[in-house]
Amino acid sequence: MKKRSRLGVDIGGTFTDVVLEHQGKLYSNKVLTTFDIPEDAIIEGIKGVCQKSAILPGEIEQIIHGTTLATNSLIERRGAKIALITTEGFRDVIEMRTESRFEQYDLNLVLPTPLVPRNCRYTLKERVDSQGSILKELRQEDVDQLIDIIEVANFESVAVGFIHSYLNPSHERMLEKSLKERLPHVSVSLSSAVSPQMREYERFNTVCANAFVKPMMKSYLDRLTSRLLEQEINCPVFLMHSGGGIISLDSATEFPVRLIESGPAGGAIFAAKIAEKHDLDKVLSFDMGGTTAKICLIKDKSPKTARVFEVARTYRFKKGSGMPISIPVIDMVEIGAGGGSLANIDSMNQIRVGPESSGSKPGPACYDLGGNKPAVTDADLLLGRLDGDNFAGGSINLNVEKSKVALGKEIGEALSMEPIESAFGVSEVVDENMANAARMHAVENGEDLAEFTMIAFGGAAPLHAARLCQKLGIKKFIVPPGAGVGSAIGFLRAPFSFEATKSVFMPLGKFDQEVVLKILAELTNESTSFVKKCGTEEKIVIEAKAYMRYSGQGWEIPVIIDSIQMVAPTKNKFQEAFELQYKSLFGRLVQGLDVEITVWSVNAVTNTVLEYPDSTFVSNKPKTELESTSVREVFDPALGKFTEAKIADRKVLNSSNYFTGPAVLVEDETTIIIPTNFISEGREDGSIVVKRVDQ
Amino acid sequence: MTSKVSFQVMWNRLISIVEEQAQALVRTAFSTSVREAGDLSAGVYNRNGEMIAQAVTGTPGHVNAMADSVAHFIRRIQVVNMFEGDIYITNDPWEGTGHLHDITVVTPSFFAGHLVGFFACTAHIVDIGGRGFGADANSVYEEGLYIPIMKFVDNGEVNQTLIAIVRGNVREPDQVVGDIFALGTCNEIGHRRLVEMMNEFELSELEEVSKFIFENSKSATLDKINALPRRTENGFMQIDGYQNYIDLKVKLSVLKDEILCDFDGTSGVDKKGINVPLVYTKAYACYALKCAIAPEIPNNAASLAPFRITAPEGCILNAKHPAPVALRHVIGHLIPDTVYAALDKILPDTVPSEGAGSLCNFQVSLRPSQNDTISTARKRAEVLMFNSGGSGARPQLDGMNATAFPSGVMTMPIEATEHTGPVIIWRKELRPDSGGAGKFRGGLGQFIEIGSYDGYEFDVSLMFDRVFHPAQGRKGGKPGGATVVCKDDGTKMRGKGIQLVEEGRRVQMSLPGGAGYGHPLDRDRKAIIRDVVLGYVSIENSKRYYDLSLEEITLIEDAIRLGQQSNGL
Repeated sequence: MKKRSRLGVDIGGTFTDVVLEHQGKLYSNKVLTTFDIPEDAIIEGIKGVCQKSAILPGEIEQIIHGTTLATNSLIERRGAKIALITTEGFRDVIEMRTESRFEQYDLNLVLPTPLVPRNCRYTLKERVDSQGSILKELRQEDVDQLIDIIEVANFESVAVGFIHSYLNPSHERMLEKSLKERLPHVSVSLSSAVSPQMREYERFNTVCANAFVKPMMKSYLDRLTSRLLEQEINCPVFLMHSGGGIISLDSATEFPVRLIESGPAGGAIFAAKIAEKHDLDKVLSFDMGGTTAKICLIKDKSPKTARVFEVARTYRFKKGSGMPISIPVIDMVEIGAGGGSLANIDSMNQIRVGPESSGSKPGPACYDLGGNKPAVTDADLLLGRLDGDNFAGGSINLNVEKSKVALGKEIGEALSMEPIESAFGVSEVVDENMANAARMHAVENGEDLAEFTMIAFGGAAPLHAARLCQKLGIKKFIVPPGAGVGSAIGFLRAPFSFEATKSVFMPLGKFDQEVVLKILAELTNESTSFVKKCGTEEKIVIEAKAYMRYSGQGWEIPVIIDSIQMVAPTKNKFQEAFELQYKSLFGRLVQGLDVEITVWSVNAVTNTVLEYPDSTFVSNKPKTELESTSVREVFDPALGKFTEAKIADRKVLNSSNYFTGPAVLVEDETTIIIPTNFISEGREDGSIVVKRVDQ
Repeated sequence: MTSKVSFQVMWNRLISIVEEQAQALVRTAFSTSVREAGDLSAGVYNRNGEMIAQAVTGTPGHVNAMADSVAHFIRRIQVVNMFEGDIYITNDPWEGTGHLHDITVVTPSFFAGHLVGFFACTAHIVDIGGRGFGADANSVYEEGLYIPIMKFVDNGEVNQTLIAIVRGNVREPDQVVGDIFALGTCNEIGHRRLVEMMNEFELSELEEVSKFIFENSKSATLDKINALPRRTENGFMQIDGYQNYIDLKVKLSVLKDEILCDFDGTSGVDKKGINVPLVYTKAYACYALKCAIAPEIPNNAASLAPFRITAPEGCILNAKHPAPVALRHVIGHLIPDTVYAALDKILPDTVPSEGAGSLCNFQVSLRPSQNDTISTARKRAEVLMFNSGGSGARPQLDGMNATAFPSGVMTMPIEATEHTGPVIIWRKELRPDSGGAGKFRGGLGQFIEIGSYDGYEFDVSLMFDRVFHPAQGRKGGKPGGATVVCKDDGTKMRGKGIQLVEEGRRVQMSLPGGAGYGHPLDRDRKAIIRDVVLGYVSIENSKRYYDLSLEEITLIEDAIRLGQQSNGL
């Protein structure tokens, strides 16, 4: 069932990662991202893995691709010249947002600029009401007149968003038809197709974002296809989407907004597969790179999903300072905390870390490339977590003195602390920031992290994983093999899937079986036909959900619609399923209130091969302590002092031995820190499991 | 050396704990004002009732008023009567957060059998009985049910008598009782996280960490205050009021280690429900000062203490029981602009010009119109909307369009609002020419037009100011657009009070804009052109205020015709 030679490609902010899976083995290659011509890096990366695996590019049978290009285009505001056409009276929805300030104490707050400037937002006389009925008909002559204006202004791409169009898209479709007839070269995006959900601000923003990136993504994907052909690669190319599934090239071209955050989504899938292999039901995925850390909950081996997220935050990653995009997405928090995050002192003499990052140029002070501000990596170096002579496989020499000077100047002087204490402070603050983000994410999802296992990947994560576990009360973390290219590996493990959603408001008091069946059939048809277009022959599984709440509440909870409900839905069964789920989340039911459904979703997904738990995990083989090759002083933040840590190569640790902290496991891509009271063991799949030892 | 770092970590942790507490409230609340608009606050206190940390989520009126509230609970209930499993409650406007619609819930936090502190939270609930949410009451007795400070849960036992009384007195009993439980749940979440923190850091009480927080906050705040010139200045602003125009007067004195803010000379209480308890006055005066002087210092007892706010008894900013206070926010939200009138003379080039100030809220009560024969199929409905005018221009920046200041709440999506009742919102968009001209332009207000489905009439309870007193500019900036409300047949409506809208009629609201800052002729030409291209300012107004030339008009017409991307500059 699995293809013999499959390729995963992840274009990230700094690196383009290419992973080839050939006859069950993985070959990876990391090359610098070439932003002007992104396909260059891909071709270079492909050549590299082909060489390593000794296959010809033409032998690659399938490519799964994820990219940060759509995200970057929105962050940098480089995209098509677009117009928004909306209902008369609502020209400014995307500009007025929620009418609030995301930072309450800043008198000089600057609000994010809307994606479409006001002079490019046009209105038409038309109106649909909250029941989906037409209150005011759209007239063809108004449409024709507006198209004249669009033509003169020479827009490349048009977004259409009418009020309540998620209930009745007929006016949006009428406009689309005329636009396509008269201006066939202009790309058109409809809010009822891109994101058919209630709440005009999110929906309009999403359709604008789609229109904004559409011409550019189409051009990129066309170029990529032809460059691959030049290399005699003519296998199918699929795209990773933000919801953690795979879609066809055509769908990606039509709905490029779904490609946003596809890299981190791949990382979450990667962690989910490790969870499967290790048979873990509660996992916290912790992906820490150079600029940001991504934290995601993975329950019962699948990442949590959400329906809205925010892209391009303009103010210190602050919630509300970006653009909301409502598409199916893997629910995660991303904060400005990475190896390159810079530390400074605020007016209350408190240490602050990030979200500003030193990037790859000039990098942390210790890179000695002209950076003189201390970054998290400088603190890690000073605390003995990194070996300056063996960083990134010895490719960069880290200068301890530069770290000392930078930390001393920026932190130590103000707080009268020694450089080491400053480093400790910086490291504690960044760990605390990440721990707080994780806690908040858990609370928003009603979870208690104490029962979770952490899966740590990305270059900086294994350095900070143990401390984060201590802060979160987590007892065990796993560093999987291939942690450095986790997202690209995740692409190869992702199922083909498409989630179709629809907002149809229905109080259970007005439950209508016929309507429900019609909605479910429509969504099932839409989602399965998308997946079938991917040319997959694998079996398609349907996962349906209703988003439900008590009348009067603002937050819906997802309730699974089982196979019986799919064919014979009843009010009572919906009620029961909702109450069961509500109780498990919040403990107490609310008596005497009606329950309502706001959004319906059907996800069509191919059956991926399940990873079976590795038998070596429970082996009773006698184990021996691994011998260390050397020792060095490593600071233990829980003890508040340096301890003498043993050093060994990660590759030597396997399922027949163990290594007790304080210890350090080294490899080219990262370093695993094992503090006092932690013990590490190898696994047959190459993972390192690090556990807390109860005293 | 560990302790220095540990205290830093604990401070961050406490702020994160109260933020979790607030999120739990949003997540489980019923009132749209809490869950969509964020009209709430949450905080943690030491055992003396001094606030240690407070959630960033929330609105200043709640936030700073609640800081004082826990001390009232300690005084009235007394520590000897406090037990594990207790939860306390009140909606006292003078000991809570200013009107009966806000319920404050306080939970004592016990660790290893000892009282170590308190969690408190406040939320604006959907109804509290009485006349409903509006300005028309003559005394607080008409404004709804009053819950004195008492135990809502006693040693784990819910006070069923209180629940029965609440249920019997409010229009939406399930939702109100649901929200009271949600408030209790949110304190519980905070308490659980605090226990985890105390275990992790092996603490037995919070005194040391609160001392660390207070000392750091205090010295940081005093540094900021002592860097200001020691002067006394006066500020004045006149606003609409209800019965008569209201004069707001303030005397601001910067002294060593403190700022005095006295509202002597301000008009007396109004007969209708727009009066402000002192606690709410303090909240917004303090908020205004903190924004301008020490914005980055977290709120706690020590960082708020150096700001001393006073107002003579019986003036509208220190209304005593039983004055009606339901719409205390309409006046309260205008306090910052008044304070800034004085502060601008002490700390130049810092504070904004006047803005819309008050949130522009209204409540719609829909019912079948009398002549309707199928009225049995039609239901009554209550719809509440929060909306914002424009904020004042800043010394170096334009004002913000349709954005709340000083309030911290959000608006509700119109698609969601239309699902709550037979209301149709025909228009909700920016109001061109409402931002006052200036070197920096005031933020634009907005137009709203509402009606109902056929077969309904409705009462609209309006809560608007700035009808007769539009926002005034500083340094030569021009005033913002005034509030105008009328029906679609041209009939004028009052800015405040409940008014009938007959079947088939619509209400047209023009919400106020912010004032400009600096002289209009000093405005950057590119900004002037951009504003006209974007339609923020009409060509006529640009000619009038900015001396727009014919060449510039041609430039603008081309940009509009060619769909030029004129965002930003």
